[in-house]
Amino acid sequence: MSAPRTVPSEPVRSAVPGLGLFKGMWLTLKTLFSKPATVFYPVEKEIPLPRARGVIALDVEACTVCMLCARECPDWCIFIEGHKVEQPPAQPGGRVRSKSVLDRFDIDFALCMYCGICVEVCPFDALFWSPEYEYSGRVPADLLHSKDRLSVWLATVPEPPALEEQPEPPAPEEQP
Amino acid sequence: MNVWLVILFKLVVAIVVLFVAAFVVMFAELKVSAHMQSRIGPYYCGGRWGWAHVIAEVFKWLQKEDLVPAAADGPVFRAAPMVSVLGMCAVAVVIPLSPTLVGANLDVGIFYALAAGAVSTVAILMAGWSSGNKFSLLGGLRAGAQLIAYELPLVLAVVGVVIQAGTMSMVGIVEAQSQPVFHLGSVGIPLPYVLQGQIVGFVIFMIAALAELVRIPFDMPVAESELVMGYLTEYTGIRFTMFLLAEYGGMVVMSAIASVLFLGGYYFPGLNATWFGPFVLLGKALVLTFVMIWFRWTWPRFREDQLQSLAWRWLVPIALVNIAVTATLKVLL
Repeated sequence: MSAPRTVPSEPVRSAVPGLGLFKGMWLTLKTLFSKPATVFYPVEKEIPLPRARGVIALDVEACTVCMLCARECPDWCIFIEGHKVEQPPAQPGGRVRSKSVLDRFDIDFALCMYCGICVEVCPFDALFWSPEYEYSGRVPADLLHSKDRLSVWLATVPEPPALEEQPEPPAPEEQP
Repeated sequence: MNVWLVILFKLVVAIVVLFVAAFVVMFAELKVSAHMQSRIGPYYCGGRWGWAHVIAEVFKWLQKEDLVPAAADGPVFRAAPMVSVLGMCAVAVVIPLSPTLVGANLDVGIFYALAAGAVSTVAILMAGWSSGNKFSLLGGLRAGAQLIAYELPLVLAVVGVVIQAGTMSMVGIVEAQSQPVFHLGSVGIPLPYVLQGQIVGFVIFMIAALAELVRIPFDMPVAESELVMGYLTEYTGIRFTMFLLAEYGGMVVMSAIASVLFLGGYYFPGLNATWFGPFVLLGKALVLTFVMIWFRWTWPRFREDQLQSLAWRWLVPIALVNIAVTATLKVLL
């Protein structure tokens, strides 16, 4: 894991002067006759990695309008509005509770820099990374997506990766 | 036949052949460079393989505005691309496509070709000086220094062939290479000059030709990371196209001269030179052109001082030694 921290003081020289030039030519010739790596995008599509940062999906039910994501966003590209509604008491004679309702949750993907801080900071797991990437628009304003669109992408969110293997729990110590 | 008709016919054939060859090489560079980088390159234009890409691109350039900067020296600025194309066409005149199909079979053909090839130097200096732009000027001066430095090894490398052939005529040089060198039983085996000891001259000629064409690894004059685009900085539209045409046409012409001098030109054992000559010559030239493209997309660029030191400290002395050895052997054998 530890990469060398120093650069070699002497430039690397091949045994025969100029041999590197011909090694390079051999490489380009080999590449010339090998299959190109190009993917013809609109016709064929690459399968993105499951955890690719394509777009941010929103679980409306989980959101509590806490605004943490909007405040942590370095670009200020998240717009949230909500209001409180009073809930009837759970038991007769109990106190009236208030609940936040999400009115607006917009992410401006023209501003978003895909840092993922909002996803990390969300305490209620309402934001997720989805590998979807085909949501381009004709003008930057088309990239402002509302909560309806964001929650559609929720279906494309992959399963979270399995937990790392934990070591065996230590055997309970015997009481003296 | 009317002499003017003949001249007109020759002109049309030469321009068509030369420009088509330049287009083919432009397209080859796009495709070869793409595949060398594991890409596809032009693909959709023209329906298949993007074959019409270069044609479409030239039409695009033709539509662009013909800009002349306010600080530029107008007439010189406008004339420079034409001089560049003219120099390339002037060299092409003496290349023999077959024993009879040659623009002008001069007795001093190769001498003329090298002299006319130097016209492109003037064009580049004109472009650099008249643009009224410091980057262009620096590029033009670098080009001047480079082309003078590499003109010398280019000429000296040719001298070896001229000594061996005993003639300066391009047709004469090819005919000399079609004479059998030795006999295997009753079959005479002719050898091109590159296999008759002129391999050193061939290598020097190709290096110097690359430098004359201002291509990587010798593209100091257009070093885009330092000089924007060198002497091409201020050019747009059709004038830029003309420089481009001169570069790619020049590649074909230089490769054709190299194949005439060192690879036997239109002669190929067993093929009738009158009928197959043009194809043989163009085939050899295209192989050399491919090698030029191959160099370009593999090697990094020289530094200015390395470039000068390569020419003056290595190529010129080696070429001189080559001449001395060739002349000595010619007298002794």
